[in-house]
Amino acid sequence: METIRNFLIRKRGGSRVDLTDFLTYLYLGAGTLVMFGPVVWVAISSFKTQAQLIEFPPRFLPYAQETIEIAGYDEPLPLFLVTVNGEERELAQVRRVGIEAQMIDPEIPLAKPGRPSQDEVIKVNIDDRKKVEKVKLALENYEDPLEKFKFATYLKNSVIVTTVATIITLIINSMAAFALSKYKFFGRDAIFVTIIATLMIPISVILVPVFLVITRLNMNNTLWGVIIPGAATPTGVFLLRQYMLTIPDDLVDAARIDGASEWRIYWQIILPLACPALAVLAIFSVMWRWNDFLWPLIVLSRSELFTLQVGLNAFQGELQIQWHYVLAMTVLTLLPVTMVFAFLQHFITSGIATTGMKG
Amino acid sequence: MSRIDAARRVGVSPRFSRKTIGDLFGDVFSLLFGFIMNTIDLVITPIQRRIGIRRMAYLFLVPNMLIFSIFVLFPMLLNFYYSGTAGTKLFPEDRTWVGTENYQTLFDCEDFTDPNSCNEDFFWRAVSNTVVFVIFQVGGLVLLALLTALILNREIAGRGFFRSVFFYPVLLSPVVVGLIWKWILQRHGLLNGLLETFDPERDATLFLLERNWAAFWVILVSIWAQMGFYTLILLAGLQSIPAVLYEAGQIDGANNWQSFRHITLPLLMPTMFVVLVLSLIRAVQVFDQVFVLTGGGPGTATKYMVQYIYETGFINQIPRRGLAASASVLLGGVLLVFTLFQLWLGRKSEVT
Repeated sequence: METIRNFLIRKRGGSRVDLTDFLTYLYLGAGTLVMFGPVVWVAISSFKTQAQLIEFPPRFLPYAQETIEIAGYDEPLPLFLVTVNGEERELAQVRRVGIEAQMIDPEIPLAKPGRPSQDEVIKVNIDDRKKVEKVKLALENYEDPLEKFKFATYLKNSVIVTTVATIITLIINSMAAFALSKYKFFGRDAIFVTIIATLMIPISVILVPVFLVITRLNMNNTLWGVIIPGAATPTGVFLLRQYMLTIPDDLVDAARIDGASEWRIYWQIILPLACPALAVLAIFSVMWRWNDFLWPLIVLSRSELFTLQVGLNAFQGELQIQWHYVLAMTVLTLLPVTMVFAFLQHFITSGIATTGMKG
Repeated sequence: MSRIDAARRVGVSPRFSRKTIGDLFGDVFSLLFGFIMNTIDLVITPIQRRIGIRRMAYLFLVPNMLIFSIFVLFPMLLNFYYSGTAGTKLFPEDRTWVGTENYQTLFDCEDFTDPNSCNEDFFWRAVSNTVVFVIFQVGGLVLLALLTALILNREIAGRGFFRSVFFYPVLLSPVVVGLIWKWILQRHGLLNGLLETFDPERDATLFLLERNWAAFWVILVSIWAQMGFYTLILLAGLQSIPAVLYEAGQIDGANNWQSFRHITLPLLMPTMFVVLVLSLIRAVQVFDQVFVLTGGGPGTATKYMVQYIYETGFINQIPRRGLAASASVLLGGVLLVFTLFQLWLGRKSEVT
């Protein structure tokens, strides 16, 4: 018992659980609820039918009314719970006339299929019936909008943009960082200071002129127009340079004496040693590119080029908020990130924690 | 410790000798990578022979500098020129030079405390909204991130798990974040539902359609979405404080509050400043999440600087790109001040 408690609480010296421990776990529990809750709620809501989504107050699980197939009727009939003569019965509704619902008992077969006689019909006030419901996922929310919300296309574009941009970012930034950290040459400090000065100037500040450059280069409405402008990120150069400074120059000199070319020194000595910093930049780059919204929104206007974010935004604007579809597509959009995070969470959080300090 | 950890996970030194599919991918990747790099070497080595080792630095800089100059440096300079021109044409040679007219339009105010008295009242609304947003968002963000980092730094079970929990929303895209909260905050949403179970008499609040509520929720949602990132940085800062100091403090009879006040806070200050400046810079540029959540409304209650630039330069029927450019020059100036401030602080903390 003692060991289990110590394991759970892992307090130094196994002292008593006090109020602060209680508050700590209370905070962490509430935090988990607040951080995950909204996403979970959206995920659950995305499986509800349109009718259930406008229900207020909302219920937790997705329900759907039970229906039953009865010979003689094309559509399955909705089931209701009705009290007839003090006895609760499950009845199928055939028709509704004003405030009167005409029901039949599905247990008793009709004399003429599809045409119940006056004796067989049970007439009930619509306020006296209760829907028979069961938990059911409205999967059509996911199937129907795929014609309009071209998930596969958007996903493909997002994946292309993210991968290509990250690869380019890693290569050109590590090359520049290598030059800035391992060589002495004329103009080095000037270049570095320029990069530093633009460290925090985001693309949102120079929207108009970058758009102009893109248009001039005929990159408007292409994925390259999304990929290239952010590739030479000053943050990346800065991060990698700071890391490469910690790699001893002796290694480079020794390789030179052994006759290695500069390019070989770069890719066979510097790159492997800078792996932790490269990994962090890769994480950042993937996060920036996958979630990027404003710049793709400006560059891309043809829907077959939309990234997931732009596509989702266009979809929600177009539909005048048909929530049952929008929610399902939101879940599809957040799914890839969530899955990657589930597998790599330790790597991502510890990576950012170590290098975030220097950035 | 965690750097070694990261290095190991990247594959610098594989821990398991058994081959997995991942290793196979790794082998194929390194073969391909080696092949490409060797091919490039064939091209570059002759160049190196011609220009010498020292000038190779320029060669390594070329790709980055090319993109950097064309897409960052040049647009930045162009922005200044652009802000002095008017007209609806896109290309600068078709535009007419008007000098400081755009800036005069922006600053044409009778009374700077009242946006309504300004010629370009939307701009000043956006400015005042942004100032309010920055103050409350950054304040709340830093305080909550600090609190969370302190709690995660305690001796708790499952720290890695909780660290990830708080970090998770950081990974969600602004569009997704906007939609998630739009769904929760709407009239028949979860929040109104929960509030009603406590107080059935209550009327549903239109959280996103009442000015003050909208401004409040925009701030809260963006804290929700970003807090995890800063928590991580602060947690790393906390963990780099040597435990010896606390033991020494204990011997000297310091209580918990005193050791927090005199050990934790001073040693965490450099990290706090990094967090403060980074979050300031991001808060000034607030746009995408809010754009999806409220669209800038109700009215202009949640319209901020970047949205003003975006709408003025790209969305309005007659795009006033010159005006948008001058507004972004002003925004860039503010960001530059923050950046320089951070660098100055960084240098100061390096010296001490």
